[in-house]
Amino acid sequence: MRQTRSVEIGTGLFVLLGMSALFFLTTQTTGGDDFEADSVFVVEARFENIGSLRERAPVTMSGVTIGRVTGVNFDPLTLEAVVEFVIDARYDQIPEDTDASILTSGILGSQYVGLQAGGSDIYLEDGSEILFTQSAIVLENLIGKFLVNAGSKDEE
Amino acid sequence: MGDGSDNLIEIRNLKYSRGARPIFDGLDLNIRRGEVTAIMGPSGTGKTTLLRLITRQLIPQQGTILVDGIDISTLNTSHLYQLRRRFGMLFQNGALLTDLSVFENVAFPLREHTNLSDRLIRHIVLTKLHAVGLRGAAGLMPAELSGGMARRVALARAMVMDPDILIYDEPFVGLDPISMGVIVRLVRRMNDALGITSIIVSHDVQEVATVADCSYLLSDGQVAASGSPDELSTATSVLVRQFMHGMADGPVAFHYDAPSYEEQLLGRDS
Amino acid sequence: MHRTAQDIYDSFVEFARTFGAFQLFFLRLLRHSPSMLTSRFGVVVGQVYNAGALSLVIVMVCGLFVGAVLALQAYSNMSRFNAEDWTGVAAALALLKELGPVMTAILFAGRAGTALTSEIGLMKATDQLSAMEMMAVNPVRRVVVPRFLGGVIAMPLLAAVFSAVGLFGAHLVGVELFQVDVGSFWQQIQLMVEPADVREGIYKSIVFGIAASLIAVWEGYNTVPTAEGVGRATTRTVVITAITVLVFDFMITAVLI
Repeated sequence: MRQTRSVEIGTGLFVLLGMSALFFLTTQTTGGDDFEADSVFVVEARFENIGSLRERAPVTMSGVTIGRVTGVNFDPLTLEAVVEFVIDARYDQIPEDTDASILTSGILGSQYVGLQAGGSDIYLEDGSEILFTQSAIVLENLIGKFLVNAGSKDEE
Repeated sequence: MGDGSDNLIEIRNLKYSRGARPIFDGLDLNIRRGEVTAIMGPSGTGKTTLLRLITRQLIPQQGTILVDGIDISTLNTSHLYQLRRRFGMLFQNGALLTDLSVFENVAFPLREHTNLSDRLIRHIVLTKLHAVGLRGAAGLMPAELSGGMARRVALARAMVMDPDILIYDEPFVGLDPISMGVIVRLVRRMNDALGITSIIVSHDVQEVATVADCSYLLSDGQVAASGSPDELSTATSVLVRQFMHGMADGPVAFHYDAPSYEEQLLGRDS
Repeated sequence: MHRTAQDIYDSFVEFARTFGAFQLFFLRLLRHSPSMLTSRFGVVVGQVYNAGALSLVIVMVCGLFVGAVLALQAYSNMSRFNAEDWTGVAAALALLKELGPVMTAILFAGRAGTALTSEIGLMKATDQLSAMEMMAVNPVRRVVVPRFLGGVIAMPLLAAVFSAVGLFGAHLVGVELFQVDVGSFWQQIQLMVEPADVREGIYKSIVFGIAASLIAVWEGYNTVPTAEGVGRATTRTVVITAITVLVFDFMITAVLI
């Protein structure tokens, strides 16, 4: 009987350790989830080009994460990318003419949505659309432009 | 029980071969209810194979094996398992489950086949262990037992489901004289006290003579001789006499088949 | 010439037969698994202990050093681009997606797999399996299935432990030894590792757990019942498991990417 007992204890400890390792891996290595909110409101923005922005990307203002991208769609009529994101309901005084741009963390890092406050008295609310947007900077395009500029300068 | 015939097991015209080598070639054999029957023969005559055929661990290529009037080759798996519960088998070295204690080994069939309470299982197991004189060893692991003790535990395990037929595969091999005597006495006692039919496969002539009611001597895939131990030891057949009296040369030759000695020494064989 | 063709044909037929028997064996295990899990859970728990708890030490030690050496390599390469912060990311992705499941499966084959093979092989060689059959107990159900299930349950947990301890090893080298900032070390990991990466590792460890356990019990159950046969079967377990795991790893990665 004592032998069964130690086997049971050993198995229990092993499974607990395995489960906590699994828990550690799923929670601590992924997401970078510093965004948590009890209630949120949905905002939409249209971009010409979203680069490699993905669902779950953070939405930040002054460098603080205040929301998260919940959907990336393509509008076949206007040929624009429609990005849907949620913002923590505590931040209900964001001016309506706020500017949204797609930024990159570091040179090679992942992309996120950065909000730049406007000056309006009307605030964003559930279902609002941000009208002023700035597309992702695509490195290839940038280099292309730089080369074209350099070329035209030479001609002068 | 059954049709009242004296024979619990009847083997008719059994043929079985392994590869090209025939092991049984038209074997006929009866095992009478309530007796101790010994099956003897020189090594390699397929004694163990016969046991495996009787318990249908192997299937004969030809012929029938009737156990209590039922042709066992026709049984499906669940009927076969029902039939096997009527058998208790003692393997050559006991075949105790090495990861279980002596107690749990004997309790194993009960735990697998019944829903008895722990108390009742304990009671039955200790009774059976007591019968083989090893109640005190209940807590030991199989690795801590001597060869004779392991076989006695295996006997207790074989008895635990109260079988009708007990089969012993070489129960006397490699035992010291005392253990041997203990096993011989147990075989006889189990058979008589519980009304069991016993089958012993062995080549230990002396021990078999003291315990068996009837012996079969196998050779060349057939029964070479049969009868009570006394009848066999006074038989006139050369083969029977060679086997019963342990003579080195005879029908079973001392020399393995070889080219002529002279030729080989002179290097003419290649 | 005629002979060789015949030989090739024969060995092909033999290969097909073995492979088919292997599949049927797998199906038999699956058929008996649910009843074993529900009615004889205690027997399965004992095997989780044998396969999992007893492999824990070797898995943790190896995990620690694999994680440490990954961080060492990553740091020395990343520092050339002034990207030391990425040390953790490189180690984490390598551990979670590849080395965690693969190394654990191979360690499992060496530690638990060989034990399973030789245990079942010895039970066969000492007539224990025949004895069970004579007691009207199906040895596949009673002996093989619990050992198979124990391995299947243990493997994902072992792989998770390997990766977690590996990350700790990477942390030791990156943060403690090379003074990478602890905040950016972990933040980069969290930014760059996707839930899909963790899932990939879990899927792999489940598949490897089934494959490694199946091969180990198959080799044990089909051992030539002699001392030499058992020795040969354990060697085959390690070799075949290692090859199978690496081939499956490639296939799963190719499908998931």
